[in-house]
Amino acid sequence: MSALLSVGAVTVLFDGVTALSDVSFDVNQGELLGLIGPNGAGKTTLLRVITGVVRQTSGTVLLDGRSLDGLPTHLRIRRGLALSQQIVTPFCGMSVIDNVALAAGAKKTASPVKALFHTRRERELKIGGELLARLGIESQANESPEIQPMGILKRLELARSLALVLRLLLLDEPLAGLNSKEARLLADTITEINRGGTTIVLIEHNLGEVLRVCHRLVVLDNGEKIAEGEPETVMNDATVRAAYLGTGAAAQAGERHAAA
Amino acid sequence: MEYEISLATTMAISVLFALSLNMITGFCGQISLGHAAFLGVGAYTSGILAKAGVPFLLTLPLAMLLAGALGVIVGFASLRVRADFLAITTMGVGFLFVGIVRQQDVLGAEMGISAIPDTDMSKLAFMLFAVAMAAATAVLSAYVRRCWMGRVFAAIAEDEDTVRVMGIDVPSFKLTAFALGTALAGLAGGLYAQHLKFIAPDSFGFIESITVLSMVVVGGIGSVIGVTVSAAVLSVLPSWFQVIGDYKLLVYGGLLFLMMRFSPGGMAALVTRVFHPDRWGAK
Repeated sequence: MSALLSVGAVTVLFDGVTALSDVSFDVNQGELLGLIGPNGAGKTTLLRVITGVVRQTSGTVLLDGRSLDGLPTHLRIRRGLALSQQIVTPFCGMSVIDNVALAAGAKKTASPVKALFHTRRERELKIGGELLARLGIESQANESPEIQPMGILKRLELARSLALVLRLLLLDEPLAGLNSKEARLLADTITEINRGGTTIVLIEHNLGEVLRVCHRLVVLDNGEKIAEGEPETVMNDATVRAAYLGTGAAAQAGERHAAA
Repeated sequence: MEYEISLATTMAISVLFALSLNMITGFCGQISLGHAAFLGVGAYTSGILAKAGVPFLLTLPLAMLLAGALGVIVGFASLRVRADFLAITTMGVGFLFVGIVRQQDVLGAEMGISAIPDTDMSKLAFMLFAVAMAAATAVLSAYVRRCWMGRVFAAIAEDEDTVRVMGIDVPSFKLTAFALGTALAGLAGGLYAQHLKFIAPDSFGFIESITVLSMVVVGGIGSVIGVTVSAAVLSVLPSWFQVIGDYKLLVYGGLLFLMMRFSPGGMAALVTRVFHPDRWGAK
């Protein structure tokens, strides 16, 4: 396996506060990597560094061995990144399928001139329809996103990401706000997408699902990487338990887990 | 007949001008409270060139070019500031235009520019020409809305950060909207100067910017038909009812307020609500 994404010694300072400190890890081709850590650990900041929304103070990010540093967000997306955001952001002025078709039209929206001279979108609607079917929300295709429940919107967000020319899918808490059944179904869908050949980085607080679906975990705490490896090994790591539950509480965690 | 022809010309220029703002504010969601400045740039460019002996029809592309170029510069502001701050910035641009023009003797200062030479066209031919330009702008607007650029504009109007993470170069699209919209305002300005034969700084001030914004809002932000109808009607109201002419700012400001409060989608949304109550999101 070769590294598709390589995060090298990334440090981010916000007005002197260290948000990320010397974080390095690789995401391998075809992998489903879980990026976990307590609130405020720096997971979302790291995702923003990868997509170029936040510029790192030092360090480098490589996709396919090519540096992404200094590239604006939209060009990184065109290199093959896709971001599914924590807070869903559908365009409510267009139908569900139009949302996906817009993402599928990347070639036609590459520049204003190209966009001005293209009107047809049969191909994009077809891709949109297929993706909606794949995610099981095809019956909502022509409805407004405004009236959809969270479960549908999370899937729409995912469909829109999949419509892009995709090498690496970054998922920021896709399961948040879903009940356990919905979360389990969506986690299954994510696994299927990964089996289809898409490399995925999953940020998620739902540890049960993370442990069930992820191949490997990277754990952040206070802006530092504190562990990396197989899910079970990582979760048995004392540092990780302490980070999640506080020192001293780590021991009780086992009991609570058993009780649940 | 003379009066009707003149009125129709005024209507056509207003429709063209309102559609030009609709391109920026309606399609791409970038508010502008200083759009009259670009009408002014076009009017002054065309008027001065015509007086220097340049044929009228040749002054129009030059008016569009200059207005569009300045529009792109103002568009750069839209890349840095958003929504309410953009409103303030564009308002400032409007005041800046009037302030600068007032001080320049080359531009006629307070006195403006008068005795702009006639074209070869008769009044009727000029009216038809203005109507043709307005119609062409309406067709262009309808096309832009239908093509991929219009889809991107609509998405930017709603949430530009999300458009960015879809791999779309938001700044280029915004600047394109400003370039198109302000160039068309420059065209309207050229026609305006030729129609009235006299231009002065105050014709392109804040009141004019608010007037055109209320035409767009009343018609229905983004709706080509709605904006065309509302600009046509609102532009002749002051001529028909003297009282509206006297209280222009009050009437247009009031309309703007009422629409934003009760039907943010304008007349177009009202019509849709009445005739297609089951349709969602119709603008």
